Amino acid sequence: MWSFFHKLGSPRWFYRISGQWLPWLMVISLALLAWGAIWGLLFAPPDFRQGNSYRIVYIHVPTSMVAMGGYVTMAVAGAIFLIWRMKLAEVAMRCAAPIGAALTFLALVTGSLWGKPTWGAWWVWDARITSVLVLFFLYVGVIALYESFENKQAAAKACAVLSLVGLVNIPIIYWSVEWWYSLHQPATIKFTSESTMHSSMLRPLLISIIGLYCFFATVLLIHMRSEILQRERTTKWVRELATGEK
Amino acid sequence: MSQPLLELRDVTCERDGYPLFEPVSLTLSAGSVMQLEGPNGVGKTSLLRVLCGLSSRYQGELRWRGQPLDRAAFATEVIFLGHATGLKLTLSPRENLRWWGVLRGFDCTAEIDGALRQVGLLGYEDVPCYQLSAGQQRRVALARLFTSTAPLWILDEPFTAIDREGVAQLEEWLLAHAEAGGAVLLTTHQPLTLPVPLQQVGLRPAQGEEYSDNA
Amino acid sequence: MRELSLSGVLAGLVRRDLQVAIRSRAALANPLLFFLMVGTLFPLGIGPEAARLGPLAPGILWVVALLATLLASESIFRTDYDDGSLEQMLLSPVSLYLLALAKTFAHWLISGLPLALMSPLLAMMLQLPAAAMPALALSLLLGTAVLSQIGAIGAALTVGLRRGGLLLSLIVLPLYMPVLIFGASAVKAAAEGLPFSGQLAVLGAMLALAVPLAPLAVAAALRLSVDQ
Repeated sequence: MWSFFHKLGSPRWFYRISGQWLPWLMVISLALLAWGAIWGLLFAPPDFRQGNSYRIVYIHVPTSMVAMGGYVTMAVAGAIFLIWRMKLAEVAMRCAAPIGAALTFLALVTGSLWGKPTWGAWWVWDARITSVLVLFFLYVGVIALYESFENKQAAAKACAVLSLVGLVNIPIIYWSVEWWYSLHQPATIKFTSESTMHSSMLRPLLISIIGLYCFFATVLLIHMRSEILQRERTTKWVRELATGEK
Repeated sequence: MSQPLLELRDVTCERDGYPLFEPVSLTLSAGSVMQLEGPNGVGKTSLLRVLCGLSSRYQGELRWRGQPLDRAAFATEVIFLGHATGLKLTLSPRENLRWWGVLRGFDCTAEIDGALRQVGLLGYEDVPCYQLSAGQQRRVALARLFTSTAPLWILDEPFTAIDREGVAQLEEWLLAHAEAGGAVLLTTHQPLTLPVPLQQVGLRPAQGEEYSDNA
Repeated sequence: MRELSLSGVLAGLVRRDLQVAIRSRAALANPLLFFLMVGTLFPLGIGPEAARLGPLAPGILWVVALLATLLASESIFRTDYDDGSLEQMLLSPVSLYLLALAKTFAHWLISGLPLALMSPLLAMMLQLPAAAMPALALSLLLGTAVLSQIGAIGAALTVGLRRGGLLLSLIVLPLYMPVLIFGASAVKAAAEGLPFSGQLAVLGAMLALAVPLAPLAVAAALRLSVDQ
């Protein structure tokens, strides 16, 4: 176990092994995403109140869930980096941030698009969309903090601390926003939450969620691999890689 | 030779993954004064900051009293004076020193007058520090040395802004501290005229070669 | 030389920060003046009618108090970083956790506490019903203490940066939101004649969580800010 952990800390080992995983992961994620999308968009039954407009759920819900998962990934990687000084965890933390922020942004846009036919407004202060907005702010804060440091070692530590603080706060924020929304609940159609969805609608959604998680992992690995090459560019193994595989 | 206090084995500081100077190994024993030398920018201040625990960016091994250095135990035995004096200018020397004593976990109210007399600031105890000159402020910072019993003094350019008479005094204090069983590690561009075993350690710039611990 | 007890150390540290604040006065007065002035902007922007201001007052008061606390928190470690006191604190045998706790508590004494005490004045000007005054002062008392803890984390993370001010707002504001929700809601409930002890209890719970945890983050952040 410990030797595996130690190996995982070696960028060179990671680069080799992730290169083997990557094609598989890519195929699986694209297949799942395509399957989920086709099933959800073409074959799942329409919602009895929202008609076909609800189908954006097959993008909105996976993106907001994976955006959340991305934050947890970033914070856990940050914790591993702070505690064990593992270089690879630092790379993972740094690479997860922009991907997660992009997914959060996508969740906001799709939420807004969904809002128009459902509530007749592009933006409604619904509990979930507000939470996603705060999550977006948390991501932006971490990225802005990283960019402000000239010393990237200190930047990474600062971001690890901040993302951990954010992780502790996320449940509090989500719960507060939920409570706040229940207090001010406007008289509009309530969001169809997944739990009340019919199973014929739910199954393609689950596939889309798993597919997007795999896609997140794929993009994260690609980003990490290029970041590692950039960082280790002066080492022997990267030079060998660049001048021709050995 | 007497008991070794601080030992460095192949220590170098790093900046952005590059070593700053050729690794140094040295032993600082009780009763000695050691001066770090080297051109500007070679990393003298960086090394002092590593030694006292402000910076973690180094390679090599640090030992204290023959054991691997334990920061918590070490903190009670070292005083560091850096470029910044650490004084609040709106407070008086007495208030500043009392706060510093609290930081060390002690109420040193009784020692403050003696310490300020020692550094020649008797009569200025209750004047706000912004009314003191740069040299006098530096002396207030130096007065900390006399409110504590820590054996190791790490001083970064302690002579800055100090007049000629003060330099001679400070040299005497270093000597007295060493004779009492303490040790001093300092950087300065001032030629020291100590009649003691002054050890001088030179730092040489590294050859700009990057290393990676997992290459 | 007499060894100090834990409470002696804490008292000594808090005392020094209070002395510094009282000597310079600006640290004490500026957040209060900011609170008052921004509060004045709202009637100018919204209109002077009591019927319109009154219902908005709880939210306005809490948002303005939050911004005042945010601006004040930038200075928690700023001068200590600039004059080298922070280095001495990091080298102290006293744990950095305790030092962070003492600094944050002192900061709350000079920013949050006066704000909570002065809030009824601005509340009166904004036509908040008198019945809501105790809720306002109490919620600010608890809430600003939480805000100080969170602000201290942000301040410690950005103290080594030259342009820390705006960045501090970006990283701290999202974390402030739960406090705002429950603080403003307590005042609103009180203004409508409803019980508000539940909201205060939640603020108290947040404080109970922040006091032991935030200094851990502050200590780590201070170390990395000095080591760069």
